[in-house]
Amino acid sequence: MNVGLFIPCYVDQFYPGVAIATLQLLEKYGCKVGYPAGQTCCGQPMANSGYEHLADSCNTLFVKNFAEFDYIVCPSGSCTLHIKEHLHDNASPAEAKSIRSRIYELSEFMTDILKVESISSRFPYKVGLHQSCHGQRGLYISQMSELVAEPFSKPGKLLQMVEGLELVSLGRSDECCGFGGTFCVAEEAVSVKMGKDRVDDHLKNKVDVITGADMSCLMHMEGILKRQKSNVRVMHIAEILTQW
Amino acid sequence: MVNHVSLSETFNKDEERVNWHDETLWWIRQKRDKAAWQIPEWEELREMASQIKMNTLSNLHDYLLQFEKNALANGIVVHWAADADEHNKIVYDILTKNKVERIVKSKSMLTEECHLNHFLAEKGIDVIDTDLGERIVQLADEAPSHIVLPCIHKKKEEIGELFHRFLGTPEGNADPQFLTAAARIHLREKFMTRRVAITGVNFAIAETGEFVICTNEGNADMGAHLSDIHIACMGIEKLIPQRTHLSVFLRLLARSATGQPVTTYSSHFSKPLAGQELHIVLVDNGRTRQLGRPDFRNSLKCIRCGACMNTCPVYRRSGGHSYHNAISGPIGAILAPNLDMKEYADLPFASTLCGSCSNVCPVKIDIHQQLYKWRQVLTKEGHSPAAKTAAMKVMAGTLSRPGLYRFAGKAGRWFMRNIPWLTNNRLNPWYKQREMPAPPKESFGEWFKKMRK
Repeated sequence: MNVGLFIPCYVDQFYPGVAIATLQLLEKYGCKVGYPAGQTCCGQPMANSGYEHLADSCNTLFVKNFAEFDYIVCPSGSCTLHIKEHLHDNASPAEAKSIRSRIYELSEFMTDILKVESISSRFPYKVGLHQSCHGQRGLYISQMSELVAEPFSKPGKLLQMVEGLELVSLGRSDECCGFGGTFCVAEEAVSVKMGKDRVDDHLKNKVDVITGADMSCLMHMEGILKRQKSNVRVMHIAEILTQW
Repeated sequence: MVNHVSLSETFNKDEERVNWHDETLWWIRQKRDKAAWQIPEWEELREMASQIKMNTLSNLHDYLLQFEKNALANGIVVHWAADADEHNKIVYDILTKNKVERIVKSKSMLTEECHLNHFLAEKGIDVIDTDLGERIVQLADEAPSHIVLPCIHKKKEEIGELFHRFLGTPEGNADPQFLTAAARIHLREKFMTRRVAITGVNFAIAETGEFVICTNEGNADMGAHLSDIHIACMGIEKLIPQRTHLSVFLRLLARSATGQPVTTYSSHFSKPLAGQELHIVLVDNGRTRQLGRPDFRNSLKCIRCGACMNTCPVYRRSGGHSYHNAISGPIGAILAPNLDMKEYADLPFASTLCGSCSNVCPVKIDIHQQLYKWRQVLTKEGHSPAAKTAAMKVMAGTLSRPGLYRFAGKAGRWFMRNIPWLTNNRLNPWYKQREMPAPPKESFGEWFKKMRK
């Protein structure tokens, strides 16, 4: 299985450990992983700010980098959703369309395509799972609390397979952390308050680690935790699943 | 400049109040969840409501004419208003024709949208809002901060103080039951003496020419039944084709709004009482323009339940007034730019696009998708700050050139490690209340190149 590894720009620059863990996981489960060196970004920072029209060259670049792979896997629900919903390329529309159906967020790729049923990792800590909105409400990697429907959680299912890991339940199971891309600086006051409240929910439930399938939300909560001089850490789900 | 950013920043200066506001509305969201879970077919009901409204909007012209014909046959006087000004003038003309200077009005977000109270006050007409929450904000000389819970931003002590000042209740008494009783006595006198009552409309039924008003306080009924002239004001999107469709909408409305199975009063008005005049004002005010925008047409399905506000993590932490529009919250943010793009260009950005609003919406409006689309429209129409455009162009330029991206990333991380104050300063909004991520020496791309030749 030929998998193209898409590492979002901020993960590439600030969280290389998350990308390495993702690569290790995919290889452990038998994927032949390629990492196109010319990749940059999904274009979401421009598009969500109202500048979709400036993201054309990003789109073209994305298609060029990833057209050859059977699947494209990314350790971020938000970037994955952006590609799924908005990738287009006037020069090669068919390729762009096909990529939109072949891109997966890491945890859904592991449960739905790789059909992972057991994981040989051990992580004896209390963990709070942050349900990032775009992965959850956009990609449906977990059920949403607003809907009258059977609950499920793909990242939750993976975490349950980890030896020693205690998954705590939160007061609000799927409230936004307030990152929201440029929202976090444009609407600083509300963004910070949302982040503080989300972190508080985890702290009240005495977690050792906050995890999730999106590093951007974790980066936001990490910024708040560090300012509070908290000992609670954030770890991407890939980093927990590779504690073997 | 007054916009969502500055108004919500002010709101957040009192963190205790933000916590209280957030928790109050979250409690209502939880009540809504409990009520929805009692209906196994809840999601099908939402889909059905959405489709009925789609049918209505697709045939709005015919349904409106059908409604008018049936309403006229019932003895209702029907008025058509193209915009807010026309609506206000129609109401004022009815009042002057009947030499009425003091009226009562029950909840109507349309009249808020048209700024009717302000218009009538300037003409010397005294309007008393009879919905308790609306009366409270009226006494405080404020606008409603929520479409269903107009004074949700006020604590009971503040209401006690207002009532002490305006209604003569004892100082320091903030007992809700006592204050409600005081309001009741105060309003009873108005109901008994005022000859004209204005009401809103929740649903107007094309097949019968009747309309339905939902309240918990019965104040619309009290006003309408005790008046000589009842004027009902409605946006043209309030229509539904048949009476039977109420069986869908009435099940959804109160459950979504407050978690009640149904509103205390769901009153049908089909013809004037003996000796009474019954008027209905059908208002466009930009609705047909919105109907003509395929991306935003769905917003007209809204039945004004307020569920999107209660669930919105931004609304709960910024307050309704931060939206500086009659309709606040996520739904307000997609309706307002249709009225005035320049004035409301900030609102579609007052969201993290988390999508919770779309999930609670009883008529399945794709609110967060429309927020995203409005951002594109507003930028293209030139309602974006020049500095933002310049920054976005630099960002797009960097992210479309892999070499430049790698260089910028490496340089950026080097500066962050070696000259941290370049980012760790007060000019950086991230850093104000959050630490920056620790910049590693090596990006993943650099690691991969070295390790996996």
